[in-house]
Amino acid sequence: MAERPPPQRMRVRAWGTKGLHARAPWYLRGKTGIVERRLGAYKNPEQLAYGLPAEPVPLYRIRFTMAEIWGDEAERPDDTIDAEIYEHWLEPIAEGDDHAP
Amino acid sequence: MPHDHHDHDHGHDHAPGALSPSGHPYRADQDGPLTRAQALEIAVRELMIEKGLVTADEIAAAIARMQARTPAMGAAVVARAWTDPDYKARLIADGRAAAQELGADIEAMHLLVVENDAQTHNVVVCTLCSCYPRFLLGPPPDWYKQRAYRSRVVIEPRRVLGEFGLDLAEDVTVRVHDSTADMRYLVLPARPEGTEGWSEEALAALVTRDCMIGVAVPRLPDPAPVAAAE
Amino acid sequence: MTERSWHDMGGLPAGPVVPEEHDYALWERRVDALLTLATTKGKFTVDGLRRVLEDMGPEFFETHSYYERWIESVNRNLIESGLYSTAELAAKLEEVRARGETYGECSLTAPEAGSGPEAGDG
Repeated sequence: MAERPPPQRMRVRAWGTKGLHARAPWYLRGKTGIVERRLGAYKNPEQLAYGLPAEPVPLYRIRFTMAEIWGDEAERPDDTIDAEIYEHWLEPIAEGDDHAP
Repeated sequence: MPHDHHDHDHGHDHAPGALSPSGHPYRADQDGPLTRAQALEIAVRELMIEKGLVTADEIAAAIARMQARTPAMGAAVVARAWTDPDYKARLIADGRAAAQELGADIEAMHLLVVENDAQTHNVVVCTLCSCYPRFLLGPPPDWYKQRAYRSRVVIEPRRVLGEFGLDLAEDVTVRVHDSTADMRYLVLPARPEGTEGWSEEALAALVTRDCMIGVAVPRLPDPAPVAAAE
Repeated sequence: MTERSWHDMGGLPAGPVVPEEHDYALWERRVDALLTLATTKGKFTVDGLRRVLEDMGPEFFETHSYYERWIESVNRNLIESGLYSTAELAAKLEEVRARGETYGECSLTAPEAGSGPEAGDG
């Protein structure tokens, strides 16, 4: 196996989509995690849902700590949540800029 | 008048409150007053057939195919992984291909297998709807689809697992998997101690559906009670 | 940020998990099969199924069972796909209801062989 580079950090976009079909959970929007793995590209469900021709979009599994998501409310800070997030919902985080807005 | 035969075995002969072979109550079916949903099912089904989209045989075959999918398939996969390290490696690398090796009917499903060990416990949820590896395990339990589980397991997984009777050790990390997109998840539980030399069949019998969702872990049966509560 | 959509419920307060289950009735298994076949044949996608379920709103979610919600969504997606019209559906529903009082009387199709309840169907 090739040597792994350090995990890439990504932030889920804090967009609002109320009333529309969107697959980025609300509780993860604006939160930062690491790329657990890349899953390949899948048709964009936000187009498929409306019966539209859909573009393949790269899909990532992002790992978040409970501390990142829930702050002081976390049941156990270093437990984790992994979720699949489509690329258009992600913004890369530069080194040293890992605070959610 | 043509109508559904009354000599089949689907529920209506059972006394109120009777349980099915799997120990669950039957849903009202054939003999209650027709509901909106039932009328709609009949109408949609007949229109799909009349328009040439499907045949009655295809519907029957689809039902039979789904009925054949049960947690036993997942349990067989887990037991093989416990007894064959090469298989386990293939299962972790490509869950679908490895499950298909054992005959699982899952060509349309991307399966990610997440492994429990002494330091890690995995649990699966879908907070946005109720995605579930149904092509491997059959339909999900009702509680998996309901608000309480979907809302809470991402914020207080330990408390939710406790409600299922699973109290995790302090040094175990919980990894919650929110099934938000195209992957479906199978938890590969840790093989219980004291099962050395067991057959795959005996091991598979320890692996319940809930173990593969991650709200339980396999447990050895209680030692046969001597002169049980008689 | 605007308010979240109702179905997007991760992290919201909720009561205890009630570990209830039931075996699926024939009509429910048929709904499942209709969805599988309609999507396999390209009439719509599970994403379309979800989109309509979401559009039904929280009250419908809380007051209807899983397959009650599904058949409404399958129906709406099939109408959107053009397979049949609203008028065709309404006429068919009228015809179905005129056949009798119960599901058994109103469904012309005999239950599929092997469609009875079986152990392990969770």
